[in-house]
Amino acid sequence: MRFAFTEEQQMLKDSVRALLARECAPTAVRAAWSNADGRVPGLWAKLAALGVVGVTAPETHGGLGLGAIELVAIAEEAGRAALPEPLIETTAVALPLLAEIRDPETNARWLAAIASGSAGVSVRLGGAPHAAYAHAADLLLLQRDDELHAVGRDAVTLEAQRSVDGTRRLSRVTWTPEKATCIARGATARQAVAEAIDRGSLAASAELLGLAQRMIDMTVDYTKIREQFGKPIGSFQAVKHHMAEALSALEIARPVVYRAAWSVATSAPDRATHVSMGKAFASDAALVVAKKALQCHGAIGYSFEHDLHLWMKRAWALAAAWGDAASHRARVGAALFGAQFSMASTR
Amino acid sequence: MDLTFSDREEAFRVEARAWLEANVPRESIPSGDTAEGFALHKRWEKKLFEARWSAVSWPKKYGGREASLLEWLIFEEEYYRAGGPQRIAQNGIFLLAPTLFEFGTEEQKDRILLRMASADDLWAQGWSEPNAGSDLAGIKSVAVRDESRGGWRLSGQKTWCTRGAFCDWMFGLFRSDTSAERHRGLTYFLVPLRTKGVTVRSVDRLDGDAGFAEVFLDDVFVPDRDVLGRVHDGWNVAMATASSERGLSLRSPGRFQATAKRLVDLYTRYGDGSDPSLRDAVVRAWMDAEAYALYTLQTVSRVSGGGTIGAEASLNKIFWSEMDVRMHETALRVLGAHAELVDGAPDAIDGGAWMKGFEFALAGPIYAGTNEIQKNVVAERVLGLPRK
Repeated sequence: MRFAFTEEQQMLKDSVRALLARECAPTAVRAAWSNADGRVPGLWAKLAALGVVGVTAPETHGGLGLGAIELVAIAEEAGRAALPEPLIETTAVALPLLAEIRDPETNARWLAAIASGSAGVSVRLGGAPHAAYAHAADLLLLQRDDELHAVGRDAVTLEAQRSVDGTRRLSRVTWTPEKATCIARGATARQAVAEAIDRGSLAASAELLGLAQRMIDMTVDYTKIREQFGKPIGSFQAVKHHMAEALSALEIARPVVYRAAWSVATSAPDRATHVSMGKAFASDAALVVAKKALQCHGAIGYSFEHDLHLWMKRAWALAAAWGDAASHRARVGAALFGAQFSMASTR
Repeated sequence: MDLTFSDREEAFRVEARAWLEANVPRESIPSGDTAEGFALHKRWEKKLFEARWSAVSWPKKYGGREASLLEWLIFEEEYYRAGGPQRIAQNGIFLLAPTLFEFGTEEQKDRILLRMASADDLWAQGWSEPNAGSDLAGIKSVAVRDESRGGWRLSGQKTWCTRGAFCDWMFGLFRSDTSAERHRGLTYFLVPLRTKGVTVRSVDRLDGDAGFAEVFLDDVFVPDRDVLGRVHDGWNVAMATASSERGLSLRSPGRFQATAKRLVDLYTRYGDGSDPSLRDAVVRAWMDAEAYALYTLQTVSRVSGGGTIGAEASLNKIFWSEMDVRMHETALRVLGAHAELVDGAPDAIDGGAWMKGFEFALAGPIYAGTNEIQKNVVAERVLGLPRK
């Protein structure tokens, strides 16, 4: 029993953190809001060079062949930096899904290209209404009923949808399933897609932890220096209690997400339930933290000019994406009480 | 990261489970916060001791098994899973003993620990006073030096002493230097309750049981050998106890997981299936107990790797105490109009235990330092917000 990252995992986490501190400062996140693709120019290539993009891809296809624990370590750092890149879609979902399906032609053409950052991928699985970063994708993995299709960007029509988080470029995807694009069907597809959605939920949970941690850090820094009535507002008990409650929500969520990573990494029989517990706790925690952070910042936090909203809006989006807290609790309930769970309830 | 138990730990679990299954009383024992129940509970504590289960983490010479922190957690999980009775010895074993191990002399440990493990001596805590609750450093009870007899004379009043009416000893803080300010000038004493000058008056709790006592001390002589730690250094000594109380040992996850399991069972028997919000609350309660167990495992990993439990212990205390209230509130919702039936009323479900548990849970956010104080501690010492 050692419920902590190994030295290697911690080193990977630290290196991602250092890279993002340099390359993904709040100014870069803010700038991404008004970029054409909502991303930080050149950053994806740097992440790919570090092995981050392809961390979950097989070594035979240019990846690091690592699992869910490393994924969570990286995603937490992505959240801390509010990284505006398709990390969940690519690294958590698409690469392991393609590796799992093992369609020789698709994998030969796409796996290494995606892992190296030279090709972009987007996904729309389960009940998700939209695909993120589809406009920048070369390939889309799309689910219809119990079929999974790998569709080229040219074969879909995208209708852009504005997200409250200006970096999250969402699209409604219109497409027609073809026999040639189907890479898996039936039970194989259902199982692989369910696992892929779970990895998406897991990575989103970890990003939410990082987002929440950063919002707490920002708020602590601010309440230490902002003075009213002649002293720092952080000295007032009302502010202290908000912040203690925020930290409490985050700290209890953290081990639940890490345990989910362990369960996915080891293919534990309860992994789906554990992922749902993690997403439910992480979503709730991030929303509580966001609310407390805004309240403790006061009017300055409500301004567009202040950076808090860049993190807060990502938290709002990710708390609901990949299944919100209530839908994941419903899935835990189904496991507890033995009822059936349908994939459609992961909105 | 590795969340598996070793063979040794699994073997420990098997042994604990087998013993508990064979020995935990089938019938529930009356509350240990009544005279009748206390005697029965004392017998149970002795049985635990005889099989070396009363203080598993202690050295063998004091009746323990030298179990690791993780094994202690496993034992606790199995104990509550088996429906083991409330532990009336816990204030001694889990609150005083860690402090004794850290600050006690060999003479004190030899004299006190074995009798504590065997429930020959039961211990009450003596922190609060009528005018010193959350503001613990404001205590007024005094210790006056008696050089000729080699000890101290204690006077004052302690209150909210858990099961004080039935206990043999009390541990607590007294002001040994009245000229020093607040946290300074306090000394940690071990005080016999059945001695000249001590008057113990039981105080009924919210649920009507005599779970509390007030202890009046009138010139009570305590020899030097019953000072724990250095004279005038009692605050630091006591805080070591307080952090173990909040941090790990007072409320292991096992009891909440057992409560959550009983709640899930209660819901499947009596829950209104047409109310999705009730179902969600039950699921949430179960998840909370799991999360607390995981949080504790994470803490144990940190401590086993050489880390310490500091102010983070306050986070822990806030979480379990609020969770315990929520779980019981949810159980009362499940019970609906039956919730108010208590004390074995003929139609009471589970003997009215949920209402009793709810009343007990309500004390959680108050004792061991109110949650408001804990939030201050978290904000100041974990997050680094300014004290003033």
